[in-house]
Amino acid sequence: MPDLGTLLSLFWIFFKIGLFTFGGGYAMIPLIRSELVGGGFITEEALIDFIAVSESTPGPFAVNVATFIGTEAGGIVGAVVTTLGVVLPSFLVLLLIARFSSRVLETKTFKAAFLGLRPAVVGLVFGVAFTLAFERVFPSLHIRDAVFDFSAFDAYALVIMTVIFVLSRKFRKVSPILLLLLAAVLGVVLYGIF
Amino acid sequence: MSKSKTVGELFLTFMKIGAFTFGGGYAMIPIMQREVVDVKHWVTDDDVVKLLVISESTPGVIAVNAATYVGYHIAGFWGSLAATVGVVLPSFAVITLITFFYAEFKALLWVEYAFRGLRAAVAVIILNAVFKLSKKSDRSVFAGLVLVGAFAFSVFMDVSAIWIILLAASAGILYGAALARKTAKGGGPRA
Repeated sequence: MPDLGTLLSLFWIFFKIGLFTFGGGYAMIPLIRSELVGGGFITEEALIDFIAVSESTPGPFAVNVATFIGTEAGGIVGAVVTTLGVVLPSFLVLLLIARFSSRVLETKTFKAAFLGLRPAVVGLVFGVAFTLAFERVFPSLHIRDAVFDFSAFDAYALVIMTVIFVLSRKFRKVSPILLLLLAAVLGVVLYGIF
Repeated sequence: MSKSKTVGELFLTFMKIGAFTFGGGYAMIPIMQREVVDVKHWVTDDDVVKLLVISESTPGVIAVNAATYVGYHIAGFWGSLAATVGVVLPSFAVITLITFFYAEFKALLWVEYAFRGLRAAVAVIILNAVFKLSKKSDRSVFAGLVLVGAFAFSVFMDVSAIWIILLAASAGILYGAALARKTAKGGGPRA
């Protein structure tokens, strides 16, 4: 059983993630990364593993991640606390809108905020993809800490990325689960056999 | 139909939606549309479109937004609560199970190799999400600057995503006000 302080800080972190994510799903990754990896709750590797797991299990990504991190940090109680935290902002906001009106969403100021929010979310998610791609191929590189060391080179990672990228662009309708399965098989074959 | 029966039905329907959506967010919309519009006739297609617009302009989890909104319209507060708990429950149960086996599972060598492959692929899948998200962003110089700024601040300067979101929203409000003033003076062609 984790202490009350840990539970409260987990709740607060996931509440913030729920409150500041616009666009759902992948738009949440930059926030999770800066709050949880930055806060030392999980490692970068564990987060990436988990994105793969989450993509292959049903349900909203946010709930999957919250449950996973909550369970790791504090068992079932931890999972309930983090899931509640991430779900509560959406629940409360939509309850207010359904109960009263959505007129506030049509005000000029509110709409103008999205002129900035939309491109910012694209830039943030692109930032995560960019960092992940480079740090997979050059494992000695740590862009956040300004360590630009290109000495280590993982050619297999580059091969897998290229194959998955080309296939995902060529067959846009194919499910990401199939692509992930293929990547797992490629990983076993390339790293395990060669 | 009695109210408690409706609340129960909301719970079951949204649990089904939660259990059969892979990929989350917008992947849920077609499944939800079939269940709540075609099967249950709780809301119309127009309501779903309205719900999408609301989801895009409010923060948080899209599945929860949808469940709360539909649940409230059908059976008030208890309806929204039942639908939300329903949509969340399958993920919660599946992930809790997985997490308990995760450590043992990860210790297998070939599983570690499979995860190395997965980590490379995740970068590509996130990149594809960027392409999808960018379709909704407009193509102005301002949007370009915000995009590059958010990218650079988060990647190279390690600024928290929350600050970047807040800054971008404020910049949008100022930009919107500037555009409105320009149009009022009869200056710019853009509204």
